[in-house]
Amino acid sequence: MSVPHALLGLLEQRPRHGYDLKRLFDRYFSPDHPLAFAQVYSTLGRLEHRGRVRLDAIERAEGPDRRRYAITAEGTQELERWLAEPLDPEPHLQASLFTKVVLAILSGRAVQPLVDAERHAHLERMRQLTTIRRSAPLQVALLADYALFHLEADLRWLDLTAARVDELRHQLLASPEAP
Amino acid sequence: MITAPAPTLEAVTVHQLDQPPLLVGAGLRKRFGQTEALRGIDFSLTPGEIVAVMGPSGSGKSTLLHCLAGIVPPDEGTVTFEGRSVDRLGEGERSRLRRASFGFVFQFGQLVPELLAIENVALPLLLNGMSRARAEEVAAPWFPLMGLSGLEGRRPGEMSGGQAQRIAVARALVTRPAIVFADEPTGSLDSLAGEGVMELLTAAARGQGASVVLVTHEPRVAAYAHREVIVRDGRLTGPVAS
Repeated sequence: MSVPHALLGLLEQRPRHGYDLKRLFDRYFSPDHPLAFAQVYSTLGRLEHRGRVRLDAIERAEGPDRRRYAITAEGTQELERWLAEPLDPEPHLQASLFTKVVLAILSGRAVQPLVDAERHAHLERMRQLTTIRRSAPLQVALLADYALFHLEADLRWLDLTAARVDELRHQLLASPEAP
Repeated sequence: MITAPAPTLEAVTVHQLDQPPLLVGAGLRKRFGQTEALRGIDFSLTPGEIVAVMGPSGSGKSTLLHCLAGIVPPDEGTVTFEGRSVDRLGEGERSRLRRASFGFVFQFGQLVPELLAIENVALPLLLNGMSRARAEEVAAPWFPLMGLSGLEGRRPGEMSGGQAQRIAVARALVTRPAIVFADEPTGSLDSLAGEGVMELLTAAARGQGASVVLVTHEPRVAAYAHREVIVRDGRLTGPVAS
């Protein structure tokens, strides 16, 4: 799961406080596994250090100061790059793939090119594995099979998700977020 | 005496992308009633190339295969095989072209249940005018090649699904076609039997230098191809559409 890219995607919409980022992250990307506050702030710190986000404002109200962050031009470029480039086709990419699909929907980007790029990268890796297993000893062939089945499962999930994008978009955008 | 080289699983040619295309579909459109199955597809295949045609159910991938293979003519667009316009041929000529130059493997129900396995493999040769004795002589070496030695005298109902599908592969390749069209060839098989069919289909096609158009929704099957194209809503899409 790429927490930094998910946070950049949320900051691309508008500047936000750490608390809002945590709440929206849990809602959109990880409803079954909430993100720790500490990880939100440590990730923001690293993104700020690398020039991907900047401190936008410090609001003084009752209680502790609230630091609001905004995405920078470099941050937007990194987000664009991450969305456009397929992930390394290794098994168990579900969380990162899901983050990409949801971010594309939230930001009004087209989902299909993203899915097509991932499918092509997956199939390229599956072709390599299929070639390897043809001449490999059985132990190696069985390990290649393991990777092939898992890559196929990722692809099937991706196709199913792509087929339900309109429904997902409707649900994600149905109830507007509070702040 | 008609001579036929022995079938082999050793590759005789390696497909090269810089060769002129063997089969070209240009601007293909096909409508069934209110449904527009193909909405302007361009596709090309080079000699020896194996291309997977993928896409969701109902996307038009089987219709594309049928148009490319001359089974149904497109409403618009052209199909050119070795420089000849397939779409302009009459049904009789298209049928002769299919028998002489194309082989077919479908998901199931393609073997003639009353015929023995060897007669099923020999059938396309008989239809092309070969004598029965000679046709069975040409068909015989396919049995050891497909791992089916001893099953020559069985009927389709007396074989497993995987064995029957390997018979279908032998029948598709026995005439040494330039192109094999395979529509979900492993669709009704379990993983192990499906893998056996794909290994034999692709190895035998390479052994004859044949091209393959492989319609499948299974990524593991598509991974046997050199490249994939995606049909979605009657169009070819994706970064790899040719």
